[in-house]
Amino acid sequence: MREVAVVSYAQHTSRREDLRNEVEMLLPVVREALAPTGLTTQDMGFTCSGSSDYLAGQSFAFVQALDAVGSWPPIAESHVEMDGAFALYEAWVRLQHGDIDTALVYAFGKSSPGDVGRVLSLQLDPYLVGPLWPDAVSLAALQAQALLAGGSFSEKDFARVVARSRRNARDNPHAQLSGDHDEAALLDEPVWADPLRKHDCPPVSDGAAVIVLAAGDRARDLCARPAWIRGIDHRIDVQALGSRDLATSTSTRLAGQKAGIGKGIDIAELHAPFSHQELIVSQALGLDENKTSINPSGGALASNPVMVAGLIRIGEAARRLSAGEGDRAVAHATSGPCLQQNLVCVLEGEK
Amino acid sequence: MSGNRAAVLGTGQTRHVAKRDDVSIAGLVREAADRALEDAGCEWKDIDAVVIGKAPDMFEGVMMPELYLADALGALGKPLIRVHTAGSVGGSTAIVATHLVQAGIHDRVLTVAFEKQSESNAMWALSIRIPFSQPLVAGAGGYFAPIVRGYIRKSGAPLDTGAKVVLKDRLNALKNPYAHLQQPDITLETILASPLLWDPIRYAETCPSSDGAAAMVIGSERAADASSRPVAWIHGTAVRSEPTMGAGRDRVNPHAGRDCAKALYAEAGITDPFRQIDCAEIYVPFSWFEPMWLENLGFAEEGAGWKMVQDGVTELTGAMPVNMSGGVLSSNPIGASGMLRFLEVANQVRGLAGEHQVDGARTGLGHAYGGGSQFFAMWIVGAEKR
Repeated sequence: MREVAVVSYAQHTSRREDLRNEVEMLLPVVREALAPTGLTTQDMGFTCSGSSDYLAGQSFAFVQALDAVGSWPPIAESHVEMDGAFALYEAWVRLQHGDIDTALVYAFGKSSPGDVGRVLSLQLDPYLVGPLWPDAVSLAALQAQALLAGGSFSEKDFARVVARSRRNARDNPHAQLSGDHDEAALLDEPVWADPLRKHDCPPVSDGAAVIVLAAGDRARDLCARPAWIRGIDHRIDVQALGSRDLATSTSTRLAGQKAGIGKGIDIAELHAPFSHQELIVSQALGLDENKTSINPSGGALASNPVMVAGLIRIGEAARRLSAGEGDRAVAHATSGPCLQQNLVCVLEGEK
Repeated sequence: MSGNRAAVLGTGQTRHVAKRDDVSIAGLVREAADRALEDAGCEWKDIDAVVIGKAPDMFEGVMMPELYLADALGALGKPLIRVHTAGSVGGSTAIVATHLVQAGIHDRVLTVAFEKQSESNAMWALSIRIPFSQPLVAGAGGYFAPIVRGYIRKSGAPLDTGAKVVLKDRLNALKNPYAHLQQPDITLETILASPLLWDPIRYAETCPSSDGAAAMVIGSERAADASSRPVAWIHGTAVRSEPTMGAGRDRVNPHAGRDCAKALYAEAGITDPFRQIDCAEIYVPFSWFEPMWLENLGFAEEGAGWKMVQDGVTELTGAMPVNMSGGVLSSNPIGASGMLRFLEVANQVRGLAGEHQVDGARTGLGHAYGGGSQFFAMWIVGAEKR
């Protein structure tokens, strides 16, 4: 495949954003991502974005967001109703054709105006499951129960993941939740959706993220140490919760294999909105916590702007490689109830 | 063209109707997909990835329905991508599927688009406004009518031009067993006697609200060469977008549409679209958009598209047949409408269009647009490799 790299990344600080709408959140981030490259949106060979109408509560939410990019004169552009990580996949595919060298990828989402747990219920089978309105936290709790029933993990493992995420997030200015937590004290907190405690669940976040991709020598011109995409793949499992083993993630394992994850991963940014999901994803990817720095950004437990959090994982992993914090990284994005759909991206810093 | 060669190996669609209350959304998409696979002479195991598109999720009230549809689409354990680019989405979806093959990633990609409008109300789903954004109008017709008036003022087109487009398309639909509206008794008089909804657009000049799905199998050169069925080679694809609002916009003859056509023709080696393209399926949800898009696409000089309509040039037996299937004016499962344009023109160059086949069609153009005439997706397919 043609060599393609992340050459620039910027994100909006995740928080409940009362004052700014999606376009207002996105516009400064687009400018910030473009600045180090010296390029404009008009220089991009392709532009692709990810978002969801149901977060905005309005059809065609992505149409107005395009104003943050600027599409005059007209540009070659497309949109996926998916996390921005999948928009990055589409842009990576487009760059493989060889006729363009740069692409702009962005994602945005505001979860705070609605009840995101109930909004996500609308992803379920509309005839048989959706009408029962099972919320996203309750479904995640079912999955956590299935994981505990397997016997390989305990609630202590959940607390360990939370404590590490919050601790790592102290160094991330974009994170919403951070701090030092005693694992035993976390376990003393009341159970919210058995067996999950509130800290096992993600915060409600609003956010935006932008990545600039470039191919071959163009990437080397634009960035001192490009983060090369060595493999990227995504797979989906059946949605029906009774038809799959919730304690494992077949689609993550498959995507990891196809993306060529192998061994020797220095940094892993995993999109696991719930603490137990990090354990499932980590296992599916064959990661070892002692050898790999997992979620140095704090991950989705520290901030979880829906539709953006997956793209942020790729951006965070790439940013650290470009800064020389490691040589090989894996970024993961998920979508759908209980880790239904998963994308894995393997990145390497310029040698 | 960019990347490796790609071709349409097979197509499938549902019979488009107002209400498919005999099937779920999953049943609807599966019906079209099964037909495409059968036409392509392949099985589910031969499909490497699935790309699905539809218009806004609020049209059915299901958020990202592809998640629930993954098993109905045979996508388990495979890559599944969901595209959403307004009314152009059916075209954009086919282009994303094509790109996967052209990039050399997959051999056979299933692409599907659908809308089950009867599960919700598209007009009001389009009319929800968030606080502080300017209210437009109920539905799409109110938005597009002033643009049509602008076209009439600038071009001096006779006022029955729109009705003539409708008559042609609805008569073509009688030759298409999948078309929603079947109106054998339609005449110019019945069209002109129908209620005026948004001046100058009459009820009979608007697209119906349909339940329906479309599907295609896009394959690599290797897969196409191995196929025993006729294939349609994809000679070029292009997408362009421009903003909704802006002082410099020409909504009658949008910059993005002209740029998109220019890029498309360059990739497909077209220098004289009128002579080199044998037929076209163009996204015409309101009658007057046929002459407007004929100009935007370069089939006519600016201000002269209506003459092609008045002279019968775009009829099935004319020099430049347009919307042989009956077009969006006869079937409008919104998310699928763009893909149907791409699919119909592929069937034309495969020689499989049935009663609405254009004799000797070798090269065809498929066109889709969306938003406030600001999103464009197009492709050119041909009977020969390019």
